[in-house]
Amino acid sequence: MAASIERSDIHRLHAIARQIQEKNTEAVRDVIVEKIYQHSQTIAGEVTRRTNQNKVDQDDRLDAILTSRYFGFPIMLILLGIVFWITIAGANVPSDLLASGFGWLEGKLTDAFMWAGAPAWLHGVLVLGLYRGVSWVISVMLPPMAIFFPLFALLEDAGYLPRVAFNLDRLFRKAGGHGKQSLTMAMGFGCNAAGIISCRIIESPRERMIAILTNNFVPCNGRWPTLILLSSLFMVGAVGMGASVTMASLVVVGMVLFGIVMTLFVSWALSKTLLRGVPSHFTLELPPYRPPQFGRTIVRSVYDKTLFVLKRAIITAAPAGVITWILANIMVGDKSVLTHVADWFAPFAHAIGLDGYILMAFLLGLPANEIVVPILIMGYMASGAMMELDDMGALKALFLEHGWTWLTALNMMLFSLLHYPCGTTIYTIAKETKSAKWTVLSAVIPLAIAIVVCFIVAQTVRYFGWV
Amino acid sequence: MSCMCIEKRTELLHHKFGIAASAEQKVIALAGNPNTGKSTVFNALTGLNQHTGNWPGKTVGNAQGTFTHKGQSFLLVDLPGTYSLLPNSVDEQVARDFICFGQPDVTLVVVDATAMERNLNLALQVMEITDQVVLCVNLMDEAERKGIEINIADLSKKLGIPVVATAARQKRGLEELQERLLDVACGNIVPDPFMLRYSQEIEQAISELELKLTPLLKGALKARWVALRLLDGDDTLLQDIERYMTEEPLQDPSLGREQEVSPSWPQA
Amino acid sequence: MAKKVQNAVPLSELVPGSKARVLTLSAEGMVRRRLLDLGVVPQTIIECVRRSPIGDPTAYRIRGTTIGLRKDDAKQIMVEPIIE
Repeated sequence: MAASIERSDIHRLHAIARQIQEKNTEAVRDVIVEKIYQHSQTIAGEVTRRTNQNKVDQDDRLDAILTSRYFGFPIMLILLGIVFWITIAGANVPSDLLASGFGWLEGKLTDAFMWAGAPAWLHGVLVLGLYRGVSWVISVMLPPMAIFFPLFALLEDAGYLPRVAFNLDRLFRKAGGHGKQSLTMAMGFGCNAAGIISCRIIESPRERMIAILTNNFVPCNGRWPTLILLSSLFMVGAVGMGASVTMASLVVVGMVLFGIVMTLFVSWALSKTLLRGVPSHFTLELPPYRPPQFGRTIVRSVYDKTLFVLKRAIITAAPAGVITWILANIMVGDKSVLTHVADWFAPFAHAIGLDGYILMAFLLGLPANEIVVPILIMGYMASGAMMELDDMGALKALFLEHGWTWLTALNMMLFSLLHYPCGTTIYTIAKETKSAKWTVLSAVIPLAIAIVVCFIVAQTVRYFGWV
Repeated sequence: MSCMCIEKRTELLHHKFGIAASAEQKVIALAGNPNTGKSTVFNALTGLNQHTGNWPGKTVGNAQGTFTHKGQSFLLVDLPGTYSLLPNSVDEQVARDFICFGQPDVTLVVVDATAMERNLNLALQVMEITDQVVLCVNLMDEAERKGIEINIADLSKKLGIPVVATAARQKRGLEELQERLLDVACGNIVPDPFMLRYSQEIEQAISELELKLTPLLKGALKARWVALRLLDGDDTLLQDIERYMTEEPLQDPSLGREQEVSPSWPQA
Repeated sequence: MAKKVQNAVPLSELVPGSKARVLTLSAEGMVRRRLLDLGVVPQTIIECVRRSPIGDPTAYRIRGTTIGLRKDDAKQIMVEPIIE
């Protein structure tokens, strides 16, 4: 009986609908909706009994603090800061452990290859390329994610996110966007592709497009660890351990805030140019706070993220590792292809405070942001003296050996924060917007901004002789 | 909807909703307002671990899971949380289309025991579309904490459908819920949903329309409900009828529903 | 409780802590439909709960749920304040 309606009958249905549309359907809808709600109210009243009226106000008391005029914004920032603090403080040890574990295994693998008499190029492609690419993604990226996301999921389960949207709506509105854009940004923290899909909750196509085009400015899954790693390696002066974690957290919070400022600015610019229009309405439920199920949420979130990272590591890091190794080992003249390309990029890269290898890493890292830092490490290792790397201290030494200063770290963080979305996200944008033009813009706008911002920062810092 | 051809439905679910149900599976649509613990009910029934963030709009696509009760296999489809089924947004249209055109064996409406007045609104709307409805009054634990008591038996009588009280987080009431779903899916219980009567003027218009619509719809949709939607100026319904109920093959079955519900994008 | 429509005001005028009964909706199109979905129909009692930190939107309690509405949208709901 499905699929049983005839085409001619459809025309008859349309004819009937047309007759009706001459009458006032809006008014009928009002009456119908009103009637259903009245009836719900009646039934609810008849079957429910309240024995205690006062207990309801607990949520109110929480809201009075979390959305208060004086504390609302500071609390948002403090919560964000605490999440980063725990992540940065907690990620170091497991990262070191994983790095040395993988290093140990790499030694064993190398021994095995030697024992089997495998040719050097095979060892290079499989161990120095594929294995290293995967192991760096896992040791650098996994620990921060496995700490950050459970914490974030707890906030989410508790019902805090809608309060953030409630607090920020006015700012977004002024910028021509929608308060729910902050919810899609929160999803973007996890993964920009997921953030893009969640933009469906915004009803107005114009505001939804603004949210899609700016989602990239919240650092995702693959970029958090980059920010966290670089800020803990380079953004802390000669302060003690406790203070340096705090300092690094503050830098990351600063990056996130800068991303939010960029989001608001680009939203505003778009709403004044390509996406002009009137603001739509805002209705958002502030659901009851619920105590999160700690154990369940944490276990599930760690498990999900670990799977996610491992999957991406295998799909993207493995081939990227192989390609990077090959590029670093095919010699043209006296230099490898990788070095030639890096040298070619060098003048431009220098102007924006980066170097050729970093730009190479971002290019090769298009499929997934997770692999940018690992590719960079491999590129440096192939072209430098250092051959072993089994803790984070050695990593800093590797970067310094390649001429890094705090400016390089800062600009790499800024570039990572602002540059084009990853391949998966761009594909998702194409699918959601079904428009080549908007898809291209979603990559070009952030790229242009990233270049301009990095250029200004680099030139300013150098002009004043700060590095 | 017991007389329907199962093979055709399986094909319809696959091509138009991207859902792979086997012929012997009973399909259950899971509807509810946002923040009613709908995803928790879904997880509790299917044993899956879908993330249940506490904010409206969390479930954007529709998740699917299976469970077996007394040897009967069920496919549970988690629809986006919505306040109503008047299709004003992508979410609502997704939810309505599935209940309407996906021909689920049962639609399970999850309501929040602490906000019955708001939540029953959706239940009543679902009951206008289909008779095959089971109501799950969830978050009973929260209601107890807030000192709210609900007379489940009375509610069931007033609505004319099976009603089960649950606290999905504590896994309370799930056994009974599965039992009622089985009852309704297999026809052991035939719900007789309460029918809301509107003003005389509207009722008159409805009966006139019903006469015209009944032969056209051939029992595939409730004529009364279609009449109501035509009267309240719902312009998406006819397109949907055309899309889901005519014999035409879909242009791009792999994309299924998604491509159709996206709103039109601004042309700058 | 007041029986007559003595002073119809827009919902946006309500101060936190006060309640009102809905009289009419002047909103049109999408906003109107959304408000109807949320149960903002004549006779509904709405409580103004609190404003957001920068003054807009405002949280209202509507049929057991707390909903944030912008001033521009709340303006389009005429209500009759309930004095308790």
